[in-house]
Amino acid sequence: MSRPDERPESRYDVPLTLPGVDAEPARRNGHRPVTNAVAAPARQDEPDTSATDEPVVSEAAVDAARSPAPAGHEPGGPAVPDQPGDHWDRKVAAGLAFLRRRLSGDYEVDEFGFDPELTEAVFHPLLRRLYRDWFRTEVTGLEHVPAQGAGLVVGNHSGTVALDALILSTALHDQHPSHRYLRLLGADLVFRMPVVSEIARKTGGTVACNPDAERLLGAGELVGVFPEGFKGIGKLYSDRYKLQRFGRGGFVSAALRTGTPIVPVAIVGGEEIYPMLADIKPLARLLKLPYFPITPTFPWLGPLGMVPLPSKWLIEFCPPIPTAHLTDSADDPLVVFNLADQVRETIQQTLHQLLERRPDPFGP
Amino acid sequence: MTPGGTPGAPGVVVVTGVGRYLGAHVAARLAADPRIERVIGVDPTTPGPEFTDLLDRVERVRLDLGSLGGLLADLDVDAVVHLALVSAPDPQHGGRAAMKEQNVIGTMQLLAACQRAPRLRKLVVRSSTAAYGASFRDPAVFTEETEPREVPRGGFGRDILDIEGYVRGFRRRRPDVTATVLRFAPFIGSTADTTLTRYFSQPFVPTVFGRDPRLQFVHFDDALEVLHRSVAEEHPGTYNVAGPGVLSLSQAIRRAGRVAVPVLEPGLSGAAALARSLGFGRYGLDQVDLFVHGRVVDTSRLEQEYNFTPRSTAAAFDDFIRAHRGGVVLTRDTLAAAEQVVLESIRQVRQAVQERS
Repeated sequence: MSRPDERPESRYDVPLTLPGVDAEPARRNGHRPVTNAVAAPARQDEPDTSATDEPVVSEAAVDAARSPAPAGHEPGGPAVPDQPGDHWDRKVAAGLAFLRRRLSGDYEVDEFGFDPELTEAVFHPLLRRLYRDWFRTEVTGLEHVPAQGAGLVVGNHSGTVALDALILSTALHDQHPSHRYLRLLGADLVFRMPVVSEIARKTGGTVACNPDAERLLGAGELVGVFPEGFKGIGKLYSDRYKLQRFGRGGFVSAALRTGTPIVPVAIVGGEEIYPMLADIKPLARLLKLPYFPITPTFPWLGPLGMVPLPSKWLIEFCPPIPTAHLTDSADDPLVVFNLADQVRETIQQTLHQLLERRPDPFGP
Repeated sequence: MTPGGTPGAPGVVVVTGVGRYLGAHVAARLAADPRIERVIGVDPTTPGPEFTDLLDRVERVRLDLGSLGGLLADLDVDAVVHLALVSAPDPQHGGRAAMKEQNVIGTMQLLAACQRAPRLRKLVVRSSTAAYGASFRDPAVFTEETEPREVPRGGFGRDILDIEGYVRGFRRRRPDVTATVLRFAPFIGSTADTTLTRYFSQPFVPTVFGRDPRLQFVHFDDALEVLHRSVAEEHPGTYNVAGPGVLSLSQAIRRAGRVAVPVLEPGLSGAAALARSLGFGRYGLDQVDLFVHGRVVDTSRLEQEYNFTPRSTAAAFDDFIRAHRGGVVLTRDTLAAAEQVVLESIRQVRQAVQERS
């Protein structure tokens, strides 16, 4: 009878209170469960199905939520169901409450379309599996990312598909002490594509243009840019870890105008996920894409070729470059180019250091 | 200055488009203001019977915008409020050609008359956030300085750009006249009847597949307030008028308890064109573009200059939902009840399994 009393306050306590009870399978922190290997993925999938948010799906999700509940405690023995308000109950209740909030539109979206609730409940868990279990990502230098206030994170771009941006934002949010969201600036091609544009906006992205960058920085957000753009992700495997041209340095003038520190970040590992051996330019022109990649697996293996190779990833944030004293020179091309060069050099050198630390791209 | 008129507030005001919902309400509201002596409502047609009570204290003149010149000079008009814009082609009244005639040619004629009115001191023109156009390279939030990157596909958007161009010309020729251009977000509210309110009133709402545009609305009463202040006070310049905050289209549809039906974009454009050529349906390319790109504007200039903040987009939309209960498919209460039922049944199943073991 005490179970209903337990339920309301237990809704939000998902990862914070690590209970020391070994009897209960510790699946909620994402590690592979030892006992209930079957039930755990089913529970993980439950918020994912709600991503599509259609009323039809809700039925299926509810069923999915219902089925593991009786199945879940059988191998666990009588100890689990005897506990009042055990965590299955809480998980189901939290999942249902989430579904109800989504279906009734009871959530907030900011002016850029960022939906923190959806990002945290759906996109981050998916990307977490990828960056932690698949790419075994190691993040260093997080102390260089400001804990509050604006910051401009500038990184190298690679990997044929811009997975590095998503990995960077999830890893930063997970591992930074203040769990900051990285607001990514994307090419307009991203916002031209249906579905992709929607996901980009919901996860906090916006079009890479100075008004948006300055608006986000002015609001004290952490903004992520990849000044190489398509030149970076669309380069051949033989050019890996060679930084491309940094464009017009628009990101520097945005930082200067708002007096925001620039945090260079070097990402190693992205180049090996889809090693691009050739670029079929006529086909790219036909499809209106910036490049058409040929990798060892794509397009030969069809959809299987979309699976990224499990390279080892290292991410290092470099010391921030302050710009507050240069606010007046935002329109001075010399200052802008010099600063862009400084950022570029920092990233390139850090890339070399990281590569020395990682002799085998597919090592442990 | 008209004797008796308070400084700032004009004595004689002409309101165009009183035959329509917005014009009628603005004229009635100005007529109720004691600082304003005379309110003259101009419309080429006789206002409908639903506005007769409302326009009680408004002097009505049945007049084409082309022959406004004489009226402005004869009556010593101090201020003109131009609201006679058509936002969607009406197949019963000439379709797109008549819409353009009214919007663009009508505004040209009005401005020509205003230019020759010696006593005129104030001009308030209704514009729309459609002035920002729609492009994939657009910034997320438009400020008043943002230039449209592409000429809009929709007729209304193109008309708005033309109208604002003519007002800019008028400002150059008559710098002594305070010209206020108000770029309104789509109107919403408990009583307003617009293309968008009709759209959200359907039980099944078509959306563009793979797009979830960010929308902003302005509550009709707040729009009235801003228009009133623009006439009674001095606010030269261009202002965005919208409720702060954003609703995404899917979120708005869910809040209204409707069901979204995603349609592929080329299909929707084609369907809109087909519906138009067959003479029914009021969704044009303006609406399709809005539902692909969304439109969010910065309202800080309005808030500073007018010292007035419209109610938020979410609050304005809530007001609309309260007034349109019919046709709701899913309500918040149903969902909450369903949640309880599911939770309860899970508990019962578990209880049963527990007892058996």
